[in-house]
Amino acid sequence: MKPGFATTGSSNLGQGLHCIKIFFLTPKSGDFMSVKINLTINGKSYSDEVDSRTLLAYYLRDKLGLTGTHIGCDTSSCGACTILVDGKAVKSCTMLAAQADGANVTTIEGLAQNGNLHPIQEGFKEKHGLQCGFCTPGMVMLAADLLDRNPNPNEQEIRHALEGNYCRCTGYHNIVESIKYAADKMNA
Amino acid sequence: MTYIGKSVKRVEDVRFLTGKGRYTDDIKLPGMTHAYIIRSPYAHAKIKSIDTSAAEAMDGVVAVFTGKDVAGVNGVPCGWQVNFKNGDTMKEPPHPLLVADVVKHVGDNVAMVIAESKEIAKDAAELVDIDYEELDAVADAAKAVKDGAPLVHPDAPKNMCFDWELGNPKEEVDAAMESAHHITKLEFINQRVIPNAIEPRAAIGHYESAGDKHTLYTTSQNPHLTRLLMSAFVLGIPEHRVRVVAPDVGGGFGSKIFHYAEEALVTWASRQLNRPVKWTAERSESFMTDAHGRDHVSTAEMGFDAEGNVVGLRVKTLANLGAYLSTFAPCVPTWLHGTLLQGLYTTPKINVDVTGVFTHTTPVDAYRGAGRPEATYLLERLMDTAALEMKMDPAELRLKNFIPAFDGVEQEGYMTQVALQYDSGNYHKVLERALEMVGYEDFRKEQAAARENGKLLGIGFSTYIEACGIAPSAVVGALGARAGLYEVGQVRVQPTGKVSVYTGAHSHGQGHETTFAQVVADKLGIALDDVEIVHGDSESVAFGMGTYGSRSLAVGGSAIVKSIEKIIEKGTKIAAHKLEAAEGDIEFSEGKFTVKGTDKSIGFGDVALTAYVPHDYPAGLEPGLDFSSFYDPANFTYPFGAHIAVVEVDKDTGKVSLKRFIAVDDVGNVINPMIVDGQIHGGLAQGIGQAMFEGAIYDEDGQLINGSYMDYTMPRADDLPSFEIDRTVTPCPHNPLGVKGAGEAGAIGSTPAVVNAVMDALSPFGIKDIEMPLTPERVWRAMQ
Repeated sequence: MKPGFATTGSSNLGQGLHCIKIFFLTPKSGDFMSVKINLTINGKSYSDEVDSRTLLAYYLRDKLGLTGTHIGCDTSSCGACTILVDGKAVKSCTMLAAQADGANVTTIEGLAQNGNLHPIQEGFKEKHGLQCGFCTPGMVMLAADLLDRNPNPNEQEIRHALEGNYCRCTGYHNIVESIKYAADKMNA
Repeated sequence: MTYIGKSVKRVEDVRFLTGKGRYTDDIKLPGMTHAYIIRSPYAHAKIKSIDTSAAEAMDGVVAVFTGKDVAGVNGVPCGWQVNFKNGDTMKEPPHPLLVADVVKHVGDNVAMVIAESKEIAKDAAELVDIDYEELDAVADAAKAVKDGAPLVHPDAPKNMCFDWELGNPKEEVDAAMESAHHITKLEFINQRVIPNAIEPRAAIGHYESAGDKHTLYTTSQNPHLTRLLMSAFVLGIPEHRVRVVAPDVGGGFGSKIFHYAEEALVTWASRQLNRPVKWTAERSESFMTDAHGRDHVSTAEMGFDAEGNVVGLRVKTLANLGAYLSTFAPCVPTWLHGTLLQGLYTTPKINVDVTGVFTHTTPVDAYRGAGRPEATYLLERLMDTAALEMKMDPAELRLKNFIPAFDGVEQEGYMTQVALQYDSGNYHKVLERALEMVGYEDFRKEQAAARENGKLLGIGFSTYIEACGIAPSAVVGALGARAGLYEVGQVRVQPTGKVSVYTGAHSHGQGHETTFAQVVADKLGIALDDVEIVHGDSESVAFGMGTYGSRSLAVGGSAIVKSIEKIIEKGTKIAAHKLEAAEGDIEFSEGKFTVKGTDKSIGFGDVALTAYVPHDYPAGLEPGLDFSSFYDPANFTYPFGAHIAVVEVDKDTGKVSLKRFIAVDDVGNVINPMIVDGQIHGGLAQGIGQAMFEGAIYDEDGQLINGSYMDYTMPRADDLPSFEIDRTVTPCPHNPLGVKGAGEAGAIGSTPAVVNAVMDALSPFGIKDIEMPLTPERVWRAMQ
């Protein structure tokens, strides 16, 4: 893992990252140099120049138009921006785009293959794991990381893994059910 | 029925699950500029000067606007008027888009910087030099009404917006209380909570000089109301020159009902600059400026006779309204709170007295449940406390006092002491079912055994009623609403028989695209795929009052049903002509018009085509098959339910663990059980959140000190158990679908159940009340 960003699920992570963000956002825009990056996103290669302070979440949304990655807070607490970086769930608002140089990134847009929903996406549909849909991409990407690490999690393990992502609509009940559904399907 | 009553998977899900949802902040328009709002860091301060010159000189800055620049437009209006007891109109101070003189809460809008990028706008904002003179502030309603408290608005003495009373005359209630065998009295703080939809508010103004057209994209639960308020009351732009679009909306819970200053600001600025202007809230702005919820201080007393029958209820409430009146603020602590104090009980005498108070805090308005959770909290905490004091069983005490079952058809609706007539109810049944689910008798044994082993288990009850499906326009008008509260539903049958439905309700997570389509598909006997639900755009939907108060299906769905009836009526005429039969001989079912008793029939699609290609057509009948209806309900709807919480309190740390949560709700008929269950789950989490975790904290100076997700605690997945839910069905007798509404039930019933459970667990300590949220620290301190 690269320094400067972290996987989700650690609740005391926010404080330090908040400071990093303030540090990066405070200087004037002219003070920033642009940085060249090469990375793969959803299987496609990108060569780009980004402002050194641009966060990965904003790069994905504003520059590439991958608006499925959502931004719900400014303290790395809500997890709506969770994506996979080299297969690991990362809150993309805690990572600079520059840090993603050389990385293999998957966003919600890249999860379905050949028009077929990924089993996690299918689980969320079947078990009504989403309502307004705003936290959903982050939840789905987080679940992808969880099921990669632990293909058969029990309810407590699922709830613990979700701890870094807020949902205000579902009360988490059906998100847990959705992930169980996906695990069963992926293990079948 | 092919679809109604079935857990049809949601139509909207695939777009959300593949990242193709389209929320306001996802929209990028050519030439778009970005706004950053400079907000007051003080709760109360005089703006002595603002120097914008350095910011304006910065590369990439397009404009900087301050209060002086918007002096020509009005502030944000309030949509509900409550009068003082003496008949005087409530105090209704101006709420400017940008404050020019005195800021009144932390987060108050002071200036708007517009630039080529949001980064530049934010950088430039730091160069705006504002000189404030800080003034004394008051954040707490109880302090604000005291003599000598700092005034929020000079023309509102004692910071009073209104005082208000409802129910039986106070003398009658006092007499009933004097006759009581036992009185349970509690002082309550129903703390302020912050809605925190995960999608922050956002707005894009887009003025096009060609056509003099203003388009506002916004995160709104009711775009039409926003259009009306903004065009007619704030900006003075003719309404037909304003289009408001609320695309996918990422949760609202009430906070996105209201018309906010930022919506008018970006629209106004776009016209000044002739370029689109986008503003998206950062989370800290959401904390400071989304309308908050609750914040009541109450004294409540419930009197009982020797047998445990309730004889009277007396409630006095101070409601903190914040610094300005948000759109529906005055009705929440009054008509949505006082009217619910009958609860499920036959209480013969009730008096409620409410004072609305201004403070130097963020405005308070409707938040999931809006007034009804506050009423339920008072009643249900009183019930469990009374049971403890009178050494009665809390479930028995409720069963004894419940209003007997009535269906609203054979038996009349129940007339309360506080202005409402309940539509239908069977209250014993929900509690009995919940008791069965929790295994009440066994639980009490388990609890006794646990106590012997030093473990603190507790069980808490809450049985609630709510008034939803707001409401008959004439009634709400008499109560102070400045809008009607009907809904609009247009059903447009396309020539091929496909159906587009335009509804004024606007989903922000409730799944209208699925539920409404289920109703339409079944009523017309067509496939679900053949129905499209259109909402959220004032240009395609004729009018609407939006989604809140659990009203979408009860009011909006009923409007759609009315239009379907008109479609079938006209279709019958066309079918009769085509089948050469009398209209009275035609019946419509499962998508076919049939001549009764024959096999002669014509399909819905053929009738539709005939309506649009009217070559062989009834004389005098207009072509086309497209009807719009306004549905104004006859009454509110009254969902109800019984919630039971089981908790364990850690003796050493005070940490409360929610072990089980049982909810039996009755929301009338159910169109999509899966979606209704989901609504209940979400409501429960928010109600439990208030009981255990959430609460805005203002310090003495009016600073919001927990205005971020790092400081304000909301329930996370590992804080909650899986919920055990069931329902009973008592149809609403006065709307065509028999539905009552499910959006708020969970949030209304759950809060007191949790607190009651903790008090039950702590009963060996003689603790009767702990202020919410029940953090480990508070619980631990109470135990010491």
